[in-house]
Amino acid sequence: MSAITSKGLILDEKLIFERSTSGRCGYDLPRLDVPSALPGTNLLRDEIEGFPELSEVDVVRHYTRLSTWNYGVDSGFYPLGSCTMKYNPKINEVVARLPGFAHLHPETPGQLAQGSLQLMYDLQQSLCEISGFPALTLQPSAGAQGEFAGMLMIHAWHKKQGNKRHKVLIPDTAHGTNPATAALCGYDVVPIASDGVLSVEAVAAAMDDDVAALMVTNPNTLGLFESNIREICELVHSRGGLVYCDGANLNALLGMCRPGDLGIDVMHFNLHKTFATPHGGGGPGAGPVGVSAALEPFLPVPVIVKEGEAYRLATDRPLSIGRLRAFASQFGILVRAYAYLLSMGAEGLKRATELAVLNANYIRARLEGSYHLPYKQRSLHEVVFSDADLPNDCHTLDVAKRLLDYGFHPPTIYFPLVVHGALMIEPTETESKQELDEFCDALIAIAEEARHSPQLLHEAPVNARTRRLDETLAARKPKLKWSRDEA
Amino acid sequence: MRYLPHSDQDICSMLEAIGVEKIEDLFSGIPQSCRLPRDLDLSEPLAEADLLRQLQTMAAANTVDDSWSRFLGGGYYDHHLPAVIDHLISRSEFYTAYTPYQPEISQGTLQAVFEFQTLICQLTGMEVSNASLYDGASACAEAVLMALRCGRKRSKVLLSRGLHPSYREVVATYVRFLDVELVEVPLSADGQTDHAAVTKLIADDVAALVVGYPNYLGVVEDIASLSELVHSSGARMLVAAAEPLAMALYRSPGEQGADIVIGEGQSFGLPLSYGGPGVGFIAALQKDMRSLPGRLVGETIDKDGARGFVLTLATREQHIRREKATSNICSNQGICAVMVSIYLSLLGKNGLPQLARDNYSRATYLREQIAALPGYSLPFSPPYFNEFVISCPQPAAEILQRLENDKILAGISLTNDFPEIENGLLVCVTEQNDRSQLDRLVGALKGATV
Repeated sequence: MSAITSKGLILDEKLIFERSTSGRCGYDLPRLDVPSALPGTNLLRDEIEGFPELSEVDVVRHYTRLSTWNYGVDSGFYPLGSCTMKYNPKINEVVARLPGFAHLHPETPGQLAQGSLQLMYDLQQSLCEISGFPALTLQPSAGAQGEFAGMLMIHAWHKKQGNKRHKVLIPDTAHGTNPATAALCGYDVVPIASDGVLSVEAVAAAMDDDVAALMVTNPNTLGLFESNIREICELVHSRGGLVYCDGANLNALLGMCRPGDLGIDVMHFNLHKTFATPHGGGGPGAGPVGVSAALEPFLPVPVIVKEGEAYRLATDRPLSIGRLRAFASQFGILVRAYAYLLSMGAEGLKRATELAVLNANYIRARLEGSYHLPYKQRSLHEVVFSDADLPNDCHTLDVAKRLLDYGFHPPTIYFPLVVHGALMIEPTETESKQELDEFCDALIAIAEEARHSPQLLHEAPVNARTRRLDETLAARKPKLKWSRDEA
Repeated sequence: MRYLPHSDQDICSMLEAIGVEKIEDLFSGIPQSCRLPRDLDLSEPLAEADLLRQLQTMAAANTVDDSWSRFLGGGYYDHHLPAVIDHLISRSEFYTAYTPYQPEISQGTLQAVFEFQTLICQLTGMEVSNASLYDGASACAEAVLMALRCGRKRSKVLLSRGLHPSYREVVATYVRFLDVELVEVPLSADGQTDHAAVTKLIADDVAALVVGYPNYLGVVEDIASLSELVHSSGARMLVAAAEPLAMALYRSPGEQGADIVIGEGQSFGLPLSYGGPGVGFIAALQKDMRSLPGRLVGETIDKDGARGFVLTLATREQHIRREKATSNICSNQGICAVMVSIYLSLLGKNGLPQLARDNYSRATYLREQIAALPGYSLPFSPPYFNEFVISCPQPAAEILQRLENDKILAGISLTNDFPEIENGLLVCVTEQNDRSQLDRLVGALKGATV
């Protein structure tokens, strides 16, 4: 590098393309032991314009340096409400890489892939037991695709009954994926207001014979259990509708309560959140879906079946909604979730739920004096504060950025939409009391700073890799790739 | 329980701070009528050593190992995985990070994904790429939805019969309850999408034509002339690359007039892992940028003017637009996109074309050897890449079964998906198949008919 831009050992690093040096290559080909051939066609490509040229060591340095600019749950606390991550056990990484699993081609004949099929079948049965649903698919690639599968099954079920329904009811506390999914399945979205918890009356007022389904998150995004859920399910069913549950917050219910027992017809799981699979800076996830017996014939293909002692992938399912991805699942993620389930067992899973709820309530107790708490009901796995009490033009975004200076990942901000300036905190069970205390001390100190030195919040972050980034500029003048001319 | 840090004393003092007596009191918001009155029926917790043993046994029940010769492709490809990749992505700063909502502490992921977007544009010859989608098939479905959005009143989509059968199925699933008509375009005798059929079907209600490149049967399609046909009626040309390594040997779809290029990036450094996780990609033209589904990473500056990267153009996405979003997707394949960036950086401008040519040379050797065997024939003419169809003298399933006894997985039977090809078998060759494996396969195919 010609110009020294690194701050000591906080190493600067250009884009990979700017590191490129003509003539380098970081890969040696295996010896070609057949005659070299080239197609005789005018379709041959000249060169891949702009592709980088680097040695192996260049590439290793580059991505190692980039990694140091990231914050993962191994770096520290990650209290992203509703999204959140618990600790990702290391043994799960080891078992997902066992050659028997990692080198298995998806077109391998089933009788030679019994280990993987058994793992999927067992995981499926365990998730059924945990959720109370009699049938389940592991196929969806992430929670949002699970939602999509679930709503497609609801649509297919109605169609089979000869019902023509057009509307889906969604409470105002819902994740944005819920309305987006309903629209993708051809439904009109009808929002319902809730006062923290959805009331039977609010659903009754919106429910009519044109409503295909209610989509509900339980516990909801305020961390509150939807205590009227049984009555709500009965009501929706009595008018010919079905109930979809967004299972993002299942981690608050393990061993305590099973959504399938409450009258819910379909629910997706987020394996990264409840079953400790790593989030990988954005994915891959996995979003299995549990369904009632009535919806079982509509599950996506292939389904995993056990016949005697043998397992196979079955596609002969005339009512199926079809296929959601090229191959059966995000299998590598399923291995990790399965390993987590086996490590925890029934008692460990229940303990995880208890301690996650304990942790969230402890944070709530410690911060209640410093931040505004809009909903006072007893909450479970997460707690939502707001910036309503902060003085001197200090807002949620400022608190979040200031937390970076204290060395913590901020909570989810500005969600749920029903809370203005929301700070949504979800600690999970894998954080110790000491970690929670340090986090709460930081947030309390920040509330104090807002009073006496608000510029510390407005200027934050000052200790992160970059200062506050201009997101408006990024959207106004989108630059989505590197190019030589502009560099 | 090794992952739970609480001591009994911690729990007591936390309960005291909250003001309740026992943990059970915190669950008072769940009515008794909703509670599970028993313990879950799951196994006892396992220690790490026991867990490892149990999973090793299961992995070993997948009885195909590296002593087998494998010629399976069909949308997932067995390429060598440079050790660098797993080593780098095992840095937990990468794999234990969440979606980069806080860009100031996520520059590693953001810059690596910005590089991914750039590499995908360079490889496909397109102008913009997103941050990745679930897999090639769902990317194909998202591209169809995108073409329908861009095409406004157009409601018909043409799918080539040569498009990967699973991609066709996934597209059908995605549009199942939308007002969209899917029409299959047949193949001509040479395995290419039938141009005459496209000419007949193309009309001003058609939003897009989707073809594989190479297609499922291994044939490298003539995208340039298809694009011309499609564009003549204002529709969009969608090209799906299930084996994108081919684009290092053959002209890019972008160069040949494609409007949207999608594909599966598993070939670029990802393990087979029984079909997932892989990584879907989607690349398009600047004019359609705001219709792209999913995450986008963009360049910007910080308060001090230093370069940095953020998630951008979020007004397309579900958390802002809700039911009016371009897709319901709210993740990407994060770490898998980083793996692709690492792989393509390692091979780069020199290595990737060489690897593509190596695959082509091996496929050519095998193809010619098989063609010379009595009873076997090649139904389709070149160009091909690393995969091709052979017509066998007996049903493909029988041949496959016999070769399994010799620890050879000879390919994928086309009997169900392409019954019109007599005893069709799809054979794939990569740099993982050395000459001795190729010769073994030829010998076994010869032996299978006697």
